[in-house]
Amino acid sequence: MKEKKSIMDRIAESNKSVTTGIDEKDIKYWVTIYIMGKAYKVPDGLTIMQSMEFAGYRFVRSAGCRAGFCGACATVYRKAGDYKLQTAMACQTRVEEGMYLVQIPFAPAEKATYDINKEKYNIGVLFKHYPELARCLACNTCTKSCPQELEVMDYIQAAIKGDFKAVAEESFDCIQCGLCAIRCPAELVQYHIAQLARRMYGHYECHEPEHLKIRLKEIEKGKYKEDWNKLIKATVKELEKFYADREREPD
Amino acid sequence: MSEIKYIRGYPEYMCKLINIVNKTRMKRKDYDPPAMSKEERKEVLNLHPDYAHGGKRKISIGQNKGDIGPNEVVDLLEAYPLIEEGEIDLSQIDYDVDILIIGGGLAGTTAAIWANDQGVSPDKILLTNKLRHGDSNSMMAEGGTQAADRPNDSPLIHFLDAMGGGHYANKPDVVKGLVEDAPLIMHWLLELGAMIDREENGDFTEKWGGGTCRKRMHACRDYTGLEELRVIRDEFRNRKILCLEYYPAIELLTDGEGRATGAVLWNCETGDYKIARAKATILATGGFGRLHIRGFPTTNHYGATCDGVVLAYRTGAKLRDVDTVQYHPTGAAYPQQIIGLLLTEKLRSMGAQPVNKDGEAFVFPLEPRDVEASAFIRECYVREKGVTTPTGMRGIWLDTPLIEIKNGEGTIDNAFPGMRRMFNRFDIDMRKDPVLVFPTLHYQNGGVETDPEGKTNVQGLFVAGEVSGGVHGKNRLMGNSTLDCMVYGRRSGIYAAKYAKTVKGRGKLSLEHMKKYVNMLKKAGIKPERRAPILLPEYRGKAVLARMIDIF
Repeated sequence: MKEKKSIMDRIAESNKSVTTGIDEKDIKYWVTIYIMGKAYKVPDGLTIMQSMEFAGYRFVRSAGCRAGFCGACATVYRKAGDYKLQTAMACQTRVEEGMYLVQIPFAPAEKATYDINKEKYNIGVLFKHYPELARCLACNTCTKSCPQELEVMDYIQAAIKGDFKAVAEESFDCIQCGLCAIRCPAELVQYHIAQLARRMYGHYECHEPEHLKIRLKEIEKGKYKEDWNKLIKATVKELEKFYADREREPD
Repeated sequence: MSEIKYIRGYPEYMCKLINIVNKTRMKRKDYDPPAMSKEERKEVLNLHPDYAHGGKRKISIGQNKGDIGPNEVVDLLEAYPLIEEGEIDLSQIDYDVDILIIGGGLAGTTAAIWANDQGVSPDKILLTNKLRHGDSNSMMAEGGTQAADRPNDSPLIHFLDAMGGGHYANKPDVVKGLVEDAPLIMHWLLELGAMIDREENGDFTEKWGGGTCRKRMHACRDYTGLEELRVIRDEFRNRKILCLEYYPAIELLTDGEGRATGAVLWNCETGDYKIARAKATILATGGFGRLHIRGFPTTNHYGATCDGVVLAYRTGAKLRDVDTVQYHPTGAAYPQQIIGLLLTEKLRSMGAQPVNKDGEAFVFPLEPRDVEASAFIRECYVREKGVTTPTGMRGIWLDTPLIEIKNGEGTIDNAFPGMRRMFNRFDIDMRKDPVLVFPTLHYQNGGVETDPEGKTNVQGLFVAGEVSGGVHGKNRLMGNSTLDCMVYGRRSGIYAAKYAKTVKGRGKLSLEHMKKYVNMLKKAGIKPERRAPILLPEYRGKAVLARMIDIF
């Protein structure tokens, strides 16, 4: 008699498209893409990254978190018959018929070296470390290339005016993939400029809350020492009781 | 050859199923199924991957012989090394440093900075990465970092939350370190210029986390790990500390008398190896999500393949709590591009309801994570009321439009900007349509046993972050992982620096431990079929692999 598959086996079976790779026989719809010029037939509905793997590419570079947070999989593509050069994160973009794809394995970019404690919190710090900031042509290519859809040019313009808060807030969701810098005709490295501006803003303008200062002093003075002596030696049974007796603060 | 037609981001048949959910929404608005009784919970938990029959076995060799672990992990512990003793020339030392750090996520990068603060010069610290510096689970942490810094809170309460959450299997002295240093870590982050969410009066914005009895979750929008790590990495780069990328450690080195003295590093691109000699070695290699334990999708990054546990175990390091795996109930199940990705618990706490394919609410939305996950599995695989995606995956709906119905229009944009951006990329509007979810493999609860200084039982070998065991017991709470990385990154950096100063002369380099381990494998009758660490998961198409000829 054929043994019935366990639930765990059935789960493993149905998840296999993301755990062990896709089976060709399960695929109904196909598209043709061109990886660095070579044509491959791949299942429709995959990401660029998954479709390249399906085609036989094993990533060493250009793959990181696979969830849109790390910026490792910056990709440039053109679609057949279209003049437009487009940018994307390979792990977050659905593959489309006729994509001509190449990945950017590394973005050469100069990062300034500084000691955040010794810099002066004024507009000069950005120009001192990144004098090319003045070369911005306001062409908006950076904004168009941003896979996070940030207003990159706007925050660069804010940097030129020394508005740290605006740079910090508008650039906050940056994943530092480097596509803006690679496309910039003025050769700015927008994401490093933004990093410096955010740290300056955080360090000089976002002060330590009083409640944190107080807590640090309490710990330093050994306020909890006696309680710790008791708690650290508590048996599991005692801990269970302490745990059950905790009062939850109101919502 | 035709492309799939999408309507509102979903294929047509799924769209029809969504209409059923839309129809029942207003009826469900004020109704949640009641929470399960203790007995009901016990029964449904039999479907949880940690408790369901099978999937685990005893470790047959080494320090933890006889302990239970997931098959996927034991497979790697019972695997042969990537190198053979004779083929490695240990006489040519490429990097001769005081401190070698393996893994550049939040833990490893923090360790490097604090070792440098102890007076170890930047050219005597080497941080090596398998991928790019910063490619890690840390980068993806959305929810936040716990720190007890409000007047009604204390490290003691934080301690109890963490111990209870970990089923009291945590090491108390290690948890004490975690919670006591938490306010200090917040202070350090501010010094470095990290932007942590604030109230209008300048206080930290602090939110609930599952299993806590105080609001102590500090966030940086929904990009907490990204902000913490990019600031810390920027500081690391300013200090000119030695850093290698695409150079995983493939074996540790010992002096033959039980002390760790460095590692064999491998250039992923050219294929040659380098020898790094170090007085102290810190493992910060992260977890094992990409082993896809029991065939589950994962929230983890590409390199989360259990390397550190494998390498440390061969040197005689003790493991603990590797038998428990954290599954998060709500991983994305559609679209294909984001399967496994985390959809925060906060969605349910703000009103999103789990719903089956007939549009019925079937479970209390805020059961403990393991119970909630099991109920989803039951709905999909026992009651057959899940929704099957075009790639064959099953999931249940998470009815996100209820969030706006219950809390007002605009709530999703304000509270979940990152998630909204993610679904928008695939034309799904989570304000108007539900999203499909299924449990996802999230975290390695245990690992290489640590102590309050980040030390292991192997002299000269330190651990920090997800690779370590003892901090979270059998189950980690939200917001304690990024904290763990920074607290034990810092501590391991400091204590490794102190230890390095006591080491006289330069350590001998040998692969004695590996030789011994291979002998144990042979003695146990384990055939040389598997090799580890695996470094990266295998996702290439099967048809291509079947016809591959290895020439270059």
